[in-house]
Amino acid sequence: MKFETVIGLEVHAQLKTKSKIFCGCSTQFGSAPNSQTCQVCIGMPGVLPVLNRTAIEYIVKTGLAMNCRISPYSRFARKNYFYPDLPKGYQISQYELPVCEGGHVEFMVDGQLKKVGLTRIHLEEDAGKNLHEGIKDASHVDLNRTGVPLMEIVSEPDIRTPEEAAEYMRKLRTILRYIDVCDGNMEEGSLRCDANVSIRPVGQKEFGTRAELKNMNSFKNVAKAIEYEIRRQTQLIEDGGRVIQETRLWDANQGITISMRGKEEAHDYRYFPDPDLVPIEVSSSWLEEIRGTLPELPDAKKDRFVSQYGIPEYDAMVLTESRQMADYYERTAALSQPKLASNWIMGDVMRELKNDGAEIEDCPLTPENLSGMLKLIEDNTISGKIAKTVFEEIYRSGKTAEDVVREKGLVQITDDGAIIKVIEEVMAANPDKVADYRSGKDKLFGFFVGQVMKASGGKANPAKVNDLLREKLS
Amino acid sequence: MDLYKLTLHELRDLIAKGEVNAKDAAFSYTRRIGRVESDIHAFTTLTANATISMAEAAEKAVLDGKVGPLTGVPFAIKDNMATKGIRTTCSSKMLENFIPPYESTVTSRLTDAGYVLLGKANMDEFAMGSSTENSAFFTTRNPWDTERIPGGSSGGSAAAVAADMCAAALGSDTGGSIRQPAACCGVVGLKPTYGRVSRYGLVAFASSLDQIGPITKDVEDSAIVMNVIGGHDPSDSTSADVPLPDFTAHLKDGVKGLKVGIPKEYLIAGGIDQEVYLAVKEAIDVLKGMGAEVKDVSLPHTDYAVATYYLLATSEASSNLARYDGVKYGYRAPEFTDLLDMYKKSRSQGFGPEVKRRIMLGTYALSSGYYDAYYKKAQQVRTLIKRDFDEAFKDVDIIVTPTAPTAAFKIGEKTDDPLQMYLSDIFTISVNLAGIPGISIPCGLTRERLPIGLQILGRHFDEETVLRAAWAYENATDWHKKRPTLAE
Ligand SMILES: [Zn+2]
Repeated sequence: MKFETVIGLEVHAQLKTKSKIFCGCSTQFGSAPNSQTCQVCIGMPGVLPVLNRTAIEYIVKTGLAMNCRISPYSRFARKNYFYPDLPKGYQISQYELPVCEGGHVEFMVDGQLKKVGLTRIHLEEDAGKNLHEGIKDASHVDLNRTGVPLMEIVSEPDIRTPEEAAEYMRKLRTILRYIDVCDGNMEEGSLRCDANVSIRPVGQKEFGTRAELKNMNSFKNVAKAIEYEIRRQTQLIEDGGRVIQETRLWDANQGITISMRGKEEAHDYRYFPDPDLVPIEVSSSWLEEIRGTLPELPDAKKDRFVSQYGIPEYDAMVLTESRQMADYYERTAALSQPKLASNWIMGDVMRELKNDGAEIEDCPLTPENLSGMLKLIEDNTISGKIAKTVFEEIYRSGKTAEDVVREKGLVQITDDGAIIKVIEEVMAANPDKVADYRSGKDKLFGFFVGQVMKASGGKANPAKVNDLLREKLS
Repeated sequence: MDLYKLTLHELRDLIAKGEVNAKDAAFSYTRRIGRVESDIHAFTTLTANATISMAEAAEKAVLDGKVGPLTGVPFAIKDNMATKGIRTTCSSKMLENFIPPYESTVTSRLTDAGYVLLGKANMDEFAMGSSTENSAFFTTRNPWDTERIPGGSSGGSAAAVAADMCAAALGSDTGGSIRQPAACCGVVGLKPTYGRVSRYGLVAFASSLDQIGPITKDVEDSAIVMNVIGGHDPSDSTSADVPLPDFTAHLKDGVKGLKVGIPKEYLIAGGIDQEVYLAVKEAIDVLKGMGAEVKDVSLPHTDYAVATYYLLATSEASSNLARYDGVKYGYRAPEFTDLLDMYKKSRSQGFGPEVKRRIMLGTYALSSGYYDAYYKKAQQVRTLIKRDFDEAFKDVDIIVTPTAPTAAFKIGEKTDDPLQMYLSDIFTISVNLAGIPGISIPCGLTRERLPIGLQILGRHFDEETVLRAAWAYENATDWHKKRPTLAE
């Protein structure tokens, strides 16, 4: 039997607000346990939440960027359950009336455009963290994260492959970073993903029973965990078994998902509207004000790059993956040939960044210095090959390409006389090879090109070498 | 002169004028407490040191010419309002040793106004009850008859005012918890409009119903306290950003031409005591005699109020009280096997039976499969009850009812029958569901010399009219001057 996979993702994105969602505590990551808490976020008796308006602004911005309907009126609800990292015994979340409904996200997979629908985006507060390591006979709780604002972005079950899931996540991150509401750091947990995965025989309309996967802390792991889960479910059904609805944890070390049997599903969260908070109202004037703060979004920027700079769609997509990358490209392309700029950025610049584990905003090579080098290529001052050497010299040093070319005497030799002189020397040194070539060994042509280039220190213009060599050898 | 017998405004004026020393006033009350507290049991905590330092601050304020509206006035505060550095127990074993590191908005406003804290007043555990019999510590006695309950849940506050153990008190009212004890103890108790007074620092029972208000010796005192504690608070999202009037400004304007509604559903409600019925009828005649226009009104959904209330209040309570889990503060069972066992044992041992009963009721009402039939339906009925009042207030300015169907009952009389206990609040509950203001003032004594309360209700944010009618009635009668006879 052939199976089809159905995947829906629930993504938690931590908002970049300075303070928590219902109190004034800082949201900074990595502080000493419980140093960023107050009576409100640790749920002392009698305290009350007061909503941080910036959190609403951010979720509305997100909703607009992802084509959602923004509810003029939404509510917070309490999700009730007991856990030590949840000091009030309930999480303030949204249930019946979320801020954003509907919407979609588009991205490319294997050269194909994929569109994934969104069910909703809602606001909620994060919980704390239980600490066990290095504590004997007890567990401690760190409530610094308690009350940090989160958005939950819930997709429709529109995703079909692990690759699509990873690309969807990448696209979400790209958008969230563009609009500057979430730093998208999966390792630090500011972007988290739960995946609902099920399989069904191809052609069947009803969904299969799903497993909810948790604990994937990178795009790669999202894809790997889903891949594993598809194999597991397929095997199970082919062996005559049945998938049960459960939560499974991804174990990246073993590369498997492990059942947390039953625990989660047994919960009845007893959602009800939070009586401590008034409904959230987003007036049309506020909505327009927020819309006005949206930057050019990645899809629009990509289309513009294709038409404005005449670069291929793929290049445009890679270059618009982050706002900073796109800015870097535009600054470079403004001063040099746009296609040449995209080739060098997507090739050499990105390779260096990757080697350094750095982002484009940390790139030591300025767009001005890069385009300075590209101009030298354009006007034939240096060859593409020499440019590789120049690039290495200027990437970290802050020197201009012109200085490096001058210092090292790397200017291309284009003068016919100078090139002919080298050719004649090479021919004089290899009389037998010249004879062989002339008697029909065409393959030796490459040997002569190599010798001439070597003798010129790589500086001879390769096209001229070709022409003149052919002439002299004939 | 026995300073403790004075009303708040009498005492305040003497202190402000420098005729009475704030410390002498405080000592007059602490001595009075020393004499009668062993009979009444109104306080969970007496704040000896804080009392003295606050009285000294008041004394200094007078000398510096910086007199506030409550400078030197000694208060009892219901023990569910957070007082920084002072034990706040909610009369529960769960919070027996809980000392808040923060101050409630109401007490910080009282502090700014110059008040002096005498102690924290006993209550039904987590404000759940009508008698203080649900206090985990002891039952407060009614100063009029110490065999009887003082009403609840703000029973300690009302008894302290009635027994002259403080000049005024704060209570909280979720379904009648200020008004019913005020009626039982023969004092004045005002539940303001929902949103009029900040709930920040009030330990939540049912967030959409809870409201803090004054319990005082007369109506003018309530108006004065409202001027201090009322008004918008950015720390409470549900506190209303509406202008705060001077509640004393039109207090004495009289009731001539005022339209008074009598809800026919209330006076025919079963269980209303004949003496209460007659006292309220007489009170209505007094208002009529002063030129008020009396009309019948209808509140057709009255019958559903108690059921609606006990679904909504318990639902909210089941969630509000989830934080008492033994993890961060409050009671933790001394022995347990694992996390779940710690939760179960801490909560089973830390909460009393009524609190547990309500948590279970509320948990049930919110459970999946029952939510629509209980919680959601109750919300819909709440809207109908609200609408009843909106309709009635199109025709009348205030509505007058008994506060409670009977005078104070005997301690232990209803403890085995929670449903009978719940009916003590039959006339007060709808008011919280509708969110409107209501006051209880003394309007008579039974043959057994037990106080009877008259309830006056008004439109949203129209405490002024409620207070004006109450003052007019009070001024025409002398029920509020009657005091229980206690050992001097
Ligand atoms: Zn905080």
